[in-house]
Amino acid sequence: MAEDALTTLAIGIIGGAIRVGTPYLFVSLGECITEKSGRVNLGLEGILVAGAMSAYAGAYLTQSAWTGVMCAALVGLLLGLLHGLVCSLPRVNDIAFGIALMLLGIGLAFFFGKPYIQPQAPQLPSLPLGAWIEDARWRTALAINPLFPLGLLLTGLLHWGFRSTRIGLALRLVGDHEGTARALACPVRQVRVLATAAGGACAGIGGAYLSLVYPGSWSEGLSSGQGIMAVALVIFARWRPLGCLAAAMLFGATGALGPALQAIGYSAGYHLFNAAPYALTLAILIASARPHRTLAGAPGELSLTR
Amino acid sequence: MPILRRTASVAAGALPTTLATAAALALFALFLELHGVSAARALGLMWQGAFGSMFALSNTLLRAAPLMLTALCVLLPARAGLIVIGGEGALALGGLAAGSLAIAAPTLPAALAWPLMALAAMLIGGLWIGAAGWLRQHRGVNETIGSLLLSYLGIALFNQLVEGPLRDPASLNKPSTLPLPQTWMIGTLPGTDAHWGFAVGAVACVLTWLVLRWSTSGFALNVCGGNPQAARLVGLPVDRLVIGACVAGGAAAGLAGMFEVAAVQGSANASLMSGYGTAGILVAFAARQSPLAVIVCAVLVGGIGASGSLLQRRLGLPDAATLVLQGLIFANLLAWEAL
Repeated sequence: MAEDALTTLAIGIIGGAIRVGTPYLFVSLGECITEKSGRVNLGLEGILVAGAMSAYAGAYLTQSAWTGVMCAALVGLLLGLLHGLVCSLPRVNDIAFGIALMLLGIGLAFFFGKPYIQPQAPQLPSLPLGAWIEDARWRTALAINPLFPLGLLLTGLLHWGFRSTRIGLALRLVGDHEGTARALACPVRQVRVLATAAGGACAGIGGAYLSLVYPGSWSEGLSSGQGIMAVALVIFARWRPLGCLAAAMLFGATGALGPALQAIGYSAGYHLFNAAPYALTLAILIASARPHRTLAGAPGELSLTR
Repeated sequence: MPILRRTASVAAGALPTTLATAAALALFALFLELHGVSAARALGLMWQGAFGSMFALSNTLLRAAPLMLTALCVLLPARAGLIVIGGEGALALGGLAAGSLAIAAPTLPAALAWPLMALAAMLIGGLWIGAAGWLRQHRGVNETIGSLLLSYLGIALFNQLVEGPLRDPASLNKPSTLPLPQTWMIGTLPGTDAHWGFAVGAVACVLTWLVLRWSTSGFALNVCGGNPQAARLVGLPVDRLVIGACVAGGAAAGLAGMFEVAAVQGSANASLMSGYGTAGILVAFAARQSPLAVIVCAVLVGGIGASGSLLQRRLGLPDAATLVLQGLIFANLLAWEAL
């Protein structure tokens, strides 16, 4: 039944692309907003973990999963705001402060998250889009979490917003050329602070996905570096929201490879397959970056690519 | 008086760090009070848990040993203008290299095994971080992200090998490599429970200081970090210097892993990845990338880590309290740089 196993594998990867890819989507959209303004926030990893914890705690305390998602977005917003404000001070390196925020966010999440490791919080219900299909494997794969459509909506909104709105134009201007933005009396600092805060809120929702949908509980080993990989994803996506969506799905599929192979009884090299997203990120960075040349589409003020 | 001037300049260098640490401690105290814990009691306990007894001090030094070496893994590339954060993976692979030697040649005498373990650990660590430097110089891959991805890959490789082909079948609950032969275990410094890794780490910091301060390549490296265009214009081999600094830093982190295996754990297992790589970043930044200050800062950050269990036992605080303090210190260090 090799063909059947292959179908199982394919369905597992398609379902996994959405299941594993959704947090990548939110974090990379968040990083995309921040980087469009000319700043890098490596602290999204800390925000993701803090978001996951506060979503779980919020959902447990109010017995409502959606309140948990709101909590995560709020915590992400506040931590993003902190990054935005501190990096507005003179001589503060945004990459270095991102590392500090990563430490702080993870520390706070572990500190407050201790009591929530045991109890079971309500989870976000899934939308059974595949209910009409006979094959149970497809039904499982198409039981989509409600945050994924929200992510699609956000992708479309950002795609339109960056291109066709005043705010989007101001954001791109601040990120591409600070001097011009100042000359046009565009409030550079405010735009960057708001962009970082908005990016933080998105990453917080990505964290909520981890604790309320998949894997669907709070533990200290919950994140596997999605917050860091988001930075690479955004480079791969060339700072375009639609590119972020494609990259997130690709990464989801790669991340689902290990479990999907295990499902058809192939479990050798489990850790190596789990590391596939890291290898893919690195390969993409190597393929897309060029020495001594700025990347096409990169915001001009970005310290990351200069 | 040159000595007076020297002291004044050291004090001026330490001032921002001291201010930032004081601010972080104040915020931490506020955090604890809001959490319903007496801050005075907690800070007192932290001092006691870090430096209050011979046992506490030994525990602190035990943690400071790898921190000095992982801090060098940040400091050396930083001198060339790079922010490298992949020390954790280099440390794990260095430990794995040391553990593998015990599998490959368990009959070697300790006098031969120590240098071989150290060499293997430094080679793999240097290769790992050196790769991040090479990718940056020759492929334009950002070194911060590149080194972290390499670190994740290194840890995955570590887990794959330790839970697979290199696993000691007798290690049931906690996959480990075969234990090192008893004679290979590195002893403690006379009068303490801290192992020789502390002395080696301190010597490595002093050596780094000597090289950076007095050698031509050290000077050239500082020029690279200060202004790469100028360095290229005067004909310095920028690529070689940058990658060399990464290799040296990675070798230091690998050596830290070797000492963790040969002086603490006794075999390579998941306990190696206990955050020394990340805390080393904090140490290097707190020391403002100065190798001699790394020794002091590693002891202080080691002390914070050592005091965690006392806070947990006496006050019921989660052990992540020390992580919160580390994060606050790091954030304040950078924010106070603005002054």
